[in-house]
Amino acid sequence: MNKSRIFSIAVGLSLIIIASLWYGQNNGLLPEAAATEAILYDNLFNSLLTIAAAIFLIVQTILIYSMIKFRRRAGDDTDGIPIHDNFLLEIIWTAVPTVLVIWVGIYSFDVYGVMQNGRPMSMGMGMPAMTHNHLGMEAAHADMMNQMENSELNTAVASASEPLNIDVQGMQFAWIFSYPGTEIQTAELHVPIGREIKLNLSALDVIHAFWVPQFRLKQDTIPGMATSIQFTPNKLGEYPIVCAELCGSYHGGMRAQLFVDTPEDYEAWLVQEQEDLASSNSKNAIASTEILSQHQQLLAAQTQKMGISPETLKSLPRTMPN
Amino acid sequence: MTQVIAQAPGAESFEPDQNSPKSNWREYFSFSLDHKVIGIQYLVTTFFFYLIGGALASVIRAELATPDSDLVAPELYNGLFTIHGTVMIFLWIVPAVTGGFGNYLIPLMIGARDMAFPKLNAIAFWMIPPAGVLLISSFFYGPSSTGWTAYPPLSILTDQHVGQAVWIASIIILGTSSILGAVNFLVTILAMRMPGMGMFDMPLFCWSMLSTSGLVLIATPVLAGAMILLGFDLLAGTAFFNPTGGGNPVVYQHLFWFYSHPAVYVMILPVFGIISEILPVHSRKPIFGYKAIAYSSIIICVLGLVVWAHHMFTSGTPNWLRIFFMIATLLVAVPTGIKVFSWLATLWGGKLRLESPLLFAMGFISMFVVGGLSGVMLGSVPVDIHLHDTYFIVAHFHYVLFGGSVFGIYAGIYHWFPKMTGKMLNEFWGKVHFFLTFVGFNLCFLPMHLLGLQGMPRRVSQYDPQFASINVICTIGAFLLAISTFPFLFNAIFSWIKGEKATDNPWNGLTLEWTTSSPPIVENWHGDPVLTTGPYDYGMEYAHEADLLAEPSA
Repeated sequence: MNKSRIFSIAVGLSLIIIASLWYGQNNGLLPEAAATEAILYDNLFNSLLTIAAAIFLIVQTILIYSMIKFRRRAGDDTDGIPIHDNFLLEIIWTAVPTVLVIWVGIYSFDVYGVMQNGRPMSMGMGMPAMTHNHLGMEAAHADMMNQMENSELNTAVASASEPLNIDVQGMQFAWIFSYPGTEIQTAELHVPIGREIKLNLSALDVIHAFWVPQFRLKQDTIPGMATSIQFTPNKLGEYPIVCAELCGSYHGGMRAQLFVDTPEDYEAWLVQEQEDLASSNSKNAIASTEILSQHQQLLAAQTQKMGISPETLKSLPRTMPN
Repeated sequence: MTQVIAQAPGAESFEPDQNSPKSNWREYFSFSLDHKVIGIQYLVTTFFFYLIGGALASVIRAELATPDSDLVAPELYNGLFTIHGTVMIFLWIVPAVTGGFGNYLIPLMIGARDMAFPKLNAIAFWMIPPAGVLLISSFFYGPSSTGWTAYPPLSILTDQHVGQAVWIASIIILGTSSILGAVNFLVTILAMRMPGMGMFDMPLFCWSMLSTSGLVLIATPVLAGAMILLGFDLLAGTAFFNPTGGGNPVVYQHLFWFYSHPAVYVMILPVFGIISEILPVHSRKPIFGYKAIAYSSIIICVLGLVVWAHHMFTSGTPNWLRIFFMIATLLVAVPTGIKVFSWLATLWGGKLRLESPLLFAMGFISMFVVGGLSGVMLGSVPVDIHLHDTYFIVAHFHYVLFGGSVFGIYAGIYHWFPKMTGKMLNEFWGKVHFFLTFVGFNLCFLPMHLLGLQGMPRRVSQYDPQFASINVICTIGAFLLAISTFPFLFNAIFSWIKGEKATDNPWNGLTLEWTTSSPPIVENWHGDPVLTTGPYDYGMEYAHEADLLAEPSA
């Protein structure tokens, strides 16, 4: 192999690596990240995408180069030079992918640990501590703190140690959220910013999956089996909750909204919901039944269109906002 | 483009086909015991089901052209993608690559007169048409609408009881057919090689069929078991998987994926073999790293059996299990990478004949790599948790199964059509077919990666309007892909009837199937086949140059 050839291969490889590094950081493929875990996720995703882009470009470059350079010229019926193997080359393309996938495995393992219980899992499992990722977590925390300081929400930090539990039930084709310690049941999920949230998931009928793309989190809700997910929202806003497991005809319509509120707004919302609940329980029966029947007519028309049976409706909590 | 050297290396002059019975089209509709007839029966039948599956896909993409559920009723939409997936897997790719190419090629490649169990072979094939008709007829009374995965409790509580039961029945029949075929391949490859042909003298397609058959034999019975239990839950009210009776729906997922992940390798390993055959012939070079490719098939087969739970990372699987399956899944990339790099090295420095077989084979490498890389990303548990059950998955497995398997099947058809029919396919229409397929495929499935990342779940007929414009692109791509089938279809039919006659060895291949007539006679060879060269001994006259090259770089 002559020097100019080695040089051009080196230049080509460097170009590919630069292009992949750039694309990995600037791909813009993911939606905005609204939880601390999502930032870790995006770093992992971008690293994997960088590797994938580099391998993709190398393979496609070789294919296109071969099509041009090694195409059979008209009238040439000879064969190519019979090279059967090259030990060094084969060792390289076995060893490099092996090292890469092991690195991907360890990195993923760490990120997964943080997503599961707020710290790298390698510590809890008697594995050698893998520390390279703590920086990422600290950065994520710092990000969140900044944002919280900006919105002057320091009060939230004190209670951040214990997660806020909320029960989530999936049913064909709706989500119901219950706030433990209260009687509040809603069809939209409200959570305070900067606090660790634990969702306890269950399913009434078939398997559903709770997914918030902006949190990069998904968990099946399985009838007869308790599951849960944890996250710490770090961006105010309204995000979609999507059912991601086929659950019947109207699977595509099984969506809800998640609101990340400031702690003050969240408290105010809780109080408001509680008042609504109390008033709908105690206020004079005539008015409420009137409203209720009005609502029910509306609901009946709507649900018939959606294919929900009256039995399902009856099992819904009374205070579902229509 | 048609100048060919018809000299089969080392072949004696053949007798004209006076003794063999005239080839008769009725033979193809009969209970024939000839492995070549059965192979073609498989290929034609499964291609017919491929067209049906493709038609269903077109309706699905038409529905998805708009965010609302407006073209078909939501129940019917679920039925469409359920039957689409089932047909494409169980009635097209699996039987086409194993039954079709396996039956036609294995005896010819190892110098045998037929398969080990000809009658079993015919029985295995004839189970497919009734199962297929049964499955598709369910559109008349409500098809199964719970996805090709049929997860309980949805598949037990479904309104389409009859459709679901019919679906289970046809899966059991098709699985049985697949098992019978695998036994046959295994025995044929191990016991019926011609004298003098050792395991490492076999063409690589035989190695890939060996590992595939092993996988089928180990994994498919588990699927049959799961289907029978599901059938009991559905029809007899038992509670194996029904939580209201104390059953566990996640157990079904384990049983189902214990088969259905290896099923992916059943669909791709034989195609790896096809590619390993086509590249040397059309680049006029020996396959690079024969043993590495052969062993990597076996390693993929072993690893493929212990990765199934990566389909269940969001199912409440215990953490240690997720980690185990993540590592196993990521490791599959290593033997797969060995194959891909070996193919690239085979092309490197060759004399590439850029005609339809090689175009499709190179298209295969190009597209399969995309599916493989997204597969590695999905193997990482945290990445998968966001992307599971989204359009990213749809993009990923279509890159593996269409960009991979279907491109490979087309490459195989263009390569062996002259041998199977004695006629050449038209090269111009072959190229048209390739470019339309390549463009349509990428237009349809590349944008789906973005859809999934951004938050569109799969198996929905209504979706967030923000995804509308990307979905329009996918739909245009899908229609282009549908149209791309027609040049091939007409090319195949017209060429078969009145195409240019093919010589015995139009590509100057060295494997044994090219040493007999096109199409081969019933007993495959007049007299005994002769093994004069290795399967990939191209360019041996330049062997000294290879030695010179090897020294400085090693």
